[in-house]
Formats: sequence, structure tokens, C-alpha cells
Amino acid sequence: MTLRTRLLATTSAVLIATTGALYADGHATHPETGETLASDQSFTYRVGDESPSIDPGLVEDVDGADVVRDLFEGLYNQDAAGNLIPGVALSHEMSEDGLVYTFTLRDNAKWSNGDPVTAGDFVYAWQRAASPELASPYSWYMDLMSIENGGAVIAGDMDPSELGVTAVDDVTLEVRLTQPLPYFPQMVTHGTTFPVHQATIEEHGSDWVLPENMVSNGAYVLSEFVPQERLVRTRNPMYWDNENTILETVTKLVITDENVALTRYLAGELDRTDIPAGQFPRLSAEFPDQANSVPQACSYYYMFNLRDGAPEELQDPNVRKALSLAVDRDVIAENVLAAGQKPAYTFTHWATAGFETPDIPMATMTQAERNEMAQELLTEAGYGSDNPLSIDLVYNTDDSHRSVAIAISQMWKQTLGVETTLANQEWQTFLEARGNGDFDVARGGWCADYNEASTFLDLMQSESGYNDSKYNNPEVDALLAEAKTSDNPQANYDRVEEFIAQDTPIIPIYHYAADYMYATDLEGWPYENFEQNWYSKDLYKIAE
Amino acid sequence: MLSFVIRRLAVAIPTLLILVVLSFILMYAAPGGPFNSERPLPPEVLANIEAKYGLDQPFWKQIINYVVSVVTQFDFGPSFQYKDRTVNEVIAQGFPVTLTYGFWSFVVAVTVGVSLGVAAAIKQNSWIDYFAVGVSIGAQVLPNFVMAPILLLVFTLWLGWLPGGGWNGGQWQFLIMPVIALSTSYMASIARITRSSMLEVLNTNFIRTAQAKGLPMRRVIWRHAMKPTILPVLSYLGPAFVGMITGSVIIDVFFSTGGIGQFFVNSAFNRDYSVIMGITILVGTLTILFNLVVDILYAWIDPKIRY
Repeated sequence: MTLRTRLLATTSAVLIATTGALYADGHATHPETGETLASDQSFTYRVGDESPSIDPGLVEDVDGADVVRDLFEGLYNQDAAGNLIPGVALSHEMSEDGLVYTFTLRDNAKWSNGDPVTAGDFVYAWQRAASPELASPYSWYMDLMSIENGGAVIAGDMDPSELGVTAVDDVTLEVRLTQPLPYFPQMVTHGTTFPVHQATIEEHGSDWVLPENMVSNGAYVLSEFVPQERLVRTRNPMYWDNENTILETVTKLVITDENVALTRYLAGELDRTDIPAGQFPRLSAEFPDQANSVPQACSYYYMFNLRDGAPEELQDPNVRKALSLAVDRDVIAENVLAAGQKPAYTFTHWATAGFETPDIPMATMTQAERNEMAQELLTEAGYGSDNPLSIDLVYNTDDSHRSVAIAISQMWKQTLGVETTLANQEWQTFLEARGNGDFDVARGGWCADYNEASTFLDLMQSESGYNDSKYNNPEVDALLAEAKTSDNPQANYDRVEEFIAQDTPIIPIYHYAADYMYATDLEGWPYENFEQNWYSKDLYKIAE
Repeated sequence: MLSFVIRRLAVAIPTLLILVVLSFILMYAAPGGPFNSERPLPPEVLANIEAKYGLDQPFWKQIINYVVSVVTQFDFGPSFQYKDRTVNEVIAQGFPVTLTYGFWSFVVAVTVGVSLGVAAAIKQNSWIDYFAVGVSIGAQVLPNFVMAPILLLVFTLWLGWLPGGGWNGGQWQFLIMPVIALSTSYMASIARITRSSMLEVLNTNFIRTAQAKGLPMRRVIWRHAMKPTILPVLSYLGPAFVGMITGSVIIDVFFSTGGIGQFFVNSAFNRDYSVIMGITILVGTLTILFNLVVDILYAWIDPKIRY
């Protein structure tokens, strides 16, 4: 610690202590709910690994995005239920053709150094995020938002200044799209679209994210950042809504081992931690008011290799369907995992906004009926006790993936007499093997980028870079393309899910749940927010 | 002696170069890459990133560029995984942490280990011997990945005496459990080596002569037996010291210290080429250096050895 940072640290500690005391005396109760607030308003939570970056332009993981949402504020925020509420933008207007969005920004938003937050800051941030110079792994998000010239800027064919975003004046931001995108406003709650402070970045280069340099516009400022150990943020007195912020400090601790984290949680060192695999039943019985399971926007599935040259037997849809039918999802969800996961018969997560799970025939059958149908299909396809089917199943090394794989291989064996060879691979090796089509059946997991069914179903497009099974159905492609601009795409999504159930390029197995322990004095957690986007400014601690 | 040191240092340079080139090749031979993920990046985005980190250049050019920038500017490049940091920053942050708990573990392991070993040898077949052997066997069979969670359970959860992890700038409370967990197995080995070495020395003729002269036992041990006893221990301590100060991933994982061991393992999983290389070179250099130190100490302690 240099003298300068030490001085800064001490001064800010004193400042925090005094403002904290004043706050506790003046606002002993929550302004809305009237609950008595605890005198210690600090929140400490666990993450499993250090985030690649906390620069809004570069952020690429969930934990990093949680930090970015506290330090920076974009056009819109989400409320506890995931609905849009004003952030730096107060409102927006959409042109009749749906191609131009005009955001009106608040005039009282400030950076932590006192500068006003202007539309120009957003223009700079968006151009920066898309620029080849920054080379952000999330630059494609600008293209995903269908911003004019997004793709060309990312490819380096156009200057970033050509990106379809303009500051009409300090409080008016205009965005031009290449196609109407009904969920565009939802997309600006993502960190990649948050403003950054140009002068700071130009002065410090990539070191601008260090606590002593960073200028930010969120409810919190960065006060300590030790990679792989801790990241501390403290409230930002310049934030426009600072008087309604209650938590004083938020600390992120990197604790790799989830069992160690649980021990430290139980010792009172943490206010939130992940529930280790397999421990939800015990913890929810022992600590019913702390253990919590909510739907998480991810689907777990097995994919078949449908490439030319892949094993012949799996090219028969009936064989694939038989294998899918024989998977008893209830056993996987309720006995193997037992932490609030839901059996899946559709690829799209059941809790996705605006998505109604279609009636897939398989879903309403009993497992006995499914098994019977599976046996018939497999016999028809020419496999049986005299000619048993044997397949390789590969998954990335992980205890919970192994449990699922063992359970499923047993189900296949018992119901269909299928011989399964299990193999696990280290993550990078696994990704390479799967990407190259070096598998029969492989494990997959997919998490939503935004809260809309296409974030899942687009994987079934023949041209999708994420379609590792190489499923190719022109009808599905057409349905998905049409859904992009449709006001009511549900019918298309229903059809795509029916195709998935019929052609079985994948076996949807379960929909994820997020399992956490939360301290009993922590209030305001947005359990209802499907994307689990939480903002520390909405959290508080009550006196117990 | 001086020429020996110079000779050894001169050999160290090609050794390190071979280490760099071999690691580089092995690393690139491993499947995957630093920018592979479950969602493969669009080709344009990947091209931008590869250009930024120089991965678009031919392999031989990458090695040469790397070696040149390390040798001339001591610049290990940017981390591919932690995009806000350079490798120099990663090491500057993680290494002092590891060095601190590693150093204290070394002090504890040597002090306790040698004392136990000497006591056991002098009082062979007494309860002290059985106790010392019992402790060292116990410490040996209790690996640190078992020790660490037990310490956490007892001192953090049950007794509430010590923080369950973190570093917090290296305050002593945060040091105790990592040091205990890291030092025990080393301590056990040191105790066993010291004990058997001391027993062997005590049976030699010159010790018998010293005793026959009527020297008090205390003087025989300290003046005559200690030096030859310590030689085999010393050859163990060189690599052990490097092992301790270059980090234990177990300690970093269980006590969330933010040390270099965690970075090393993560960088291997993430294919963070520049961090892998940086830490490999650091560990390699330290290993060469401390082996040299041990050799010099040998010559200093053992009159039979001359370089």
C-alpha cells in the first residue's frame, strides 16, 4: 500500500464511519417498509472465481456484471421483479417503424468526480465496446442489439464513430437499429451498454479500473480491489439517488471451495453464499429461513452428434427419441439434484418471460408409458438384447455432471439395454472436442443472455455458432427467423419446441435453479427477478 | 567458490530458456485456448482479440517476441484471462502473499521439525521418541487438504477464534491457519529426516570419541553431531522452501488468500498463456536459485565438500 492509497483508505474509512453514524441516527427505519435498520449496513457475499474484468466494455461473466451494476448505471435498471425502471434514462420513444429509439436522460446524474453524466458518455462507451481496439469478448452484444453498423464496426470495416448511436444533446440519446427489436429496451440493462468516463480512460489506459483511478456513475464506488481475494465497494455520495441507498459497503470475497464458503457463512462471515451441490435438502430443513432456491435462467441438456460421419445409429430420430423418453427427469430433478430444479421437456426454461410451455406429449405421459414407448421405438429401429446399442457419453469434469450421467446411463441400461461408456474431460478439452464434433452424446448447459425464449431456441438454428449438435431443419430456421420481428412469436416457439421433441437433436433434462443461503437480516433481495440481476442499492439489513 | 557460483548461474540461463520454450510448446499443444468458451466468439470478435494479444502471429514469432520482451523489458505481457491486469501486476499482487505465509511456514516447519527430530534421536525408544514419531507420522498422513477444512471447522465455526480465510493485507489472524496447514507435512518430513540422520551420526566413531573424552552430552550434540546431522535435512530444505514460497493451491483454495498458487492453477484451466509462463519462469528461477543457495551452504557446513 503506497502512502497515497493508505491516506485515501484512511480518509474514506473515516468518512464512511461518520456518514454511517449520521445515517443510522437519522434513518433508523426503512423509508418505505418502516422496518428498523441494523446499525451495520455492510453486505458480504461469496463468488467462486475472480471475474475476467469489471470494465463495463469488457465484462463477460455474471459475477463481474453484478459488480458493474453497482459501480455503473445504464439507461435502465430492473426492479425486484425484473421490470424496467429509470436509470440514467427517464424514458424513451420509439419511432413508428421501430428502428429509432430516443432516450431522454436525467439531468442530475453525476460521475463520482462530480462531472455530469451525458448522452455523449453513452456514445463513447458504446463505440468503445464495439471497437476492435478494445477487442471486447462481448463486442458482439452491440451487434446482437441490432445497432446500425454494429457488425461492420466490430469487423473493423467501419470506424467506431459510424455506430448508430448519437448524442442529440446532453440529455438526448438516439439509437438507430437495423431491424425492429421488440425487446431492445430490456437489453440496455446489460453492463456492456453502461457509460464510462472518457477522460479517466484516456488518462490511465487499462489501469483506469484500479480503485485509485476509477470514476464511475453507479450507486457505489470501487474502494478496494485485490484480485482472487476481495473487491469492496462503498456508497457513492455523488449518485443521484444516494439518499435512498442504505447499504454502506458491499464486499465480494473470492472463495473457490463452496464448502469452505458455507463454513464461513455459518460462522457469520458472509451474508450470502452458494449452497454446495447435494446439500439443499439438509440445509433447507435445518435453516428454512436462509436456504433459498429460485429458478435460474439456464437449461441442462444432452446433445446428439448429427454430423456426417457421426455414429450411424444416432442419425435415426427414433433412436434419439427413445433415449430421450427413457430419461426419467423426475428422478434427476428430485433425487439426484434435489435443489429446486424442474424436469425439462422443452429447451426453453419454463420461467422465461412471455413464454408459455407448450404441451409436449411426452411431458404428460407417466414414466412407465414413456419407457414402453421408448422400448417400442428402439425395437423398431432394430436394436434389442441380441443387437444392443452402445454409445459414448462425454461431459465436463464435475461431480454433479457425473451424478447425472451415471443416473441416465443406468436408466438407458435398465429400460433399453443400452451400453453407455462415460467419459469426462477437462473443460477446455471438452469444449474443443464438442466443437469439433468428436462425440456421440455430450452434455450441454445454456444460460439466457436476455429474458426471452429466442435466447435458448436460437441455438437450434442450423447456422448458429452454438449449435454443436449441428441440427439442421429448414422449417425451424424459418420459424425462428420469422419470430425475430413478430409481435407475438409464441406460436413459432411452440412449433420449434415440438420439432425439438420430435426430431430430438437434444434431450432437455432439467431447468436450473439457483440455490443460495441468505442471512436472515438481509432484506430486499430480488428473488422474483428471473435473471437474478440484483442491485446493492436496493438491499438493506434490518436490526434483529 | 566464486567461479562455482558464476558457473552455476551461467548454466541457469540456458536451463531457463529451455524451460520457457518447452512450457510454451506444451501449453500451445493443450487443446483449447484462452478465448474458447461455451459460447464460441463470432470470428470477427475472435480475430480482434487475437490481434490484440499477438496470437495471430506465427508460433515461432510469438516465442521470440515473448522471450525478447521478458529479457529486455522484464515485461511478461497482459493476462489473457484477467483483462484488467498484466502478468507483472498479477505476480506483484499474489507473490508477496505466498511469500509471507510460505516463509512463516518454513520457519515453523524447520524449528518444530528439527527440534522434534533431535529430541527423538537423543532419547531414542523413550516416550519422547514415540511422541515425536507419532506426531510426525500423524502430520504426514493428514494431508493439508484434510487439515485445512478441519482447522476451519474448529477455529472458525466452533470456536470462532480465527477468520475463516482472506488475507486482509496479511494481518496475523489471517496467517495462522494457512501456516499450520502448510507447515505440518513439511515439519513431519523434516522431523523424520533429522531423527534418522542424528541417530546415524550418534553411532559414528567421532561422536564416541567425543563422549569418551568426557565431553558433556549437550556439547557433543551441539558442537559435533549437529552439523553432519543437518546435511541431509538441508538438501531437503532447498526444494521445500521453493515449494512453500511459490504457493500451494490447496492453501489458496481453502483460505482464499489470493496467493500465486491459485493464479497458477486457474491460468492452466483457463489457458491464460501469459500467466502460466510468468509463474513458470518465476518458480523455475527460484528453484535454480535456492538449489544454488543449498549447495553453497553445503560447502560452508561440510568441510569435506569443496567447489
